[in-house]
Amino acid sequence: MLEILTQETWSPYVAGAGIGMLSWLAFLLSDKPLGCSTSYFRTFGIIRKIFYKKGMDENTYYEKYKPEIEWQWMLVFGIIIGAFISSVLSGVFEITWVPDMFAARFGNNPTLRVIFALIGGILMGFGARWAGGCTSGHGISGTSQLSITSILAAIFMFAGGIATAMIIYVVF
Amino acid sequence: MNDSLHKNKSLQLILGLLIGTGFGFFLQKGGVTNYDVIIRQLILVDFTVVKIIAAAVLVGMPGIYLLQHYGYARKHITKGSVGTIVIGGLIFGVGFAVLGLCPGTVAGAVGQGSLDALFGGIVGIIIGTGIFAAIYPKISSGILQYKPFKYETLYEMIGVKQIYLIIFCLIAGIAFLYGLEYIGL
Repeated sequence: MLEILTQETWSPYVAGAGIGMLSWLAFLLSDKPLGCSTSYFRTFGIIRKIFYKKGMDENTYYEKYKPEIEWQWMLVFGIIIGAFISSVLSGVFEITWVPDMFAARFGNNPTLRVIFALIGGILMGFGARWAGGCTSGHGISGTSQLSITSILAAIFMFAGGIATAMIIYVVF
Repeated sequence: MNDSLHKNKSLQLILGLLIGTGFGFFLQKGGVTNYDVIIRQLILVDFTVVKIIAAAVLVGMPGIYLLQHYGYARKHITKGSVGTIVIGGLIFGVGFAVLGLCPGTVAGAVGQGSLDALFGGIVGIIIGTGIFAAIYPKISSGILQYKPFKYETLYEMIGVKQIYLIIFCLIAGIAFLYGLEYIGL
């Protein structure tokens, strides 16, 4: 039984089924879909509030998603903890700066990798809020409810991702 | 519907943390907190990401349906338009491939020690959402409303009972996954 916890990877079907069951719990216990991207915006709002106290509420987007720590923020924080526990149990926790495939393609340069991650993160955060959700909010929770917006959003996210990854890793 | 539970703010914070911890555990065990696994999906040589999403949807869909059907859960559907999903989805996709992680798995990557995910990915996503908020007042009644979808759900659009479409999706989804394994992906 305990070997399961120390295994390095599980079948993707088992991991996915587990996430599906967590989505039941989120709906039942918290009246929330699994989602991540608004938490990053709330974090932005919290940091902004420290430096910029006046005129906070002129922009309605800060009204829509208030700068506060709520359920979904704790969910994203929990992901860090859960992945930490999982990786420590299986002995794969390791401080790293450059993923293997990135190193093979662009060299083992932490600064270059952080610049890539930063640019990718900015585009993704911007795109996720524009699309109204991310791979979990649209891809899992919305698709599970057969939402048209979510199914199409997930298709366009993967289309953009596949095209860009092909350009970076296959074409050149 | 358990409204007293849903309104208990401090308990909800704990529930969020616990469900998130489970989420992060499954993402890490599934392998998708690794840049290499995500990129290999996007160049179509490894289908781990698709398998995890498909399994989560195929398990989530009937359960969420039953909870909603018997009044234990509400619908949570984000309304969108051609303007939101095409532009937002494609920009997200470009970022997805450049970062090599998504907003959920980037947090998992931080948990397993990837500092590029922390100082690049998470910082970037926070900045990106802030930039979006800055332009939101200018686009909220324009491009974001371009061709809104008439229907919320696929079963309303094609005009079948929800349960029949769910059964069809379960059969089609399992056949799709069998097919992936059959051709060795």
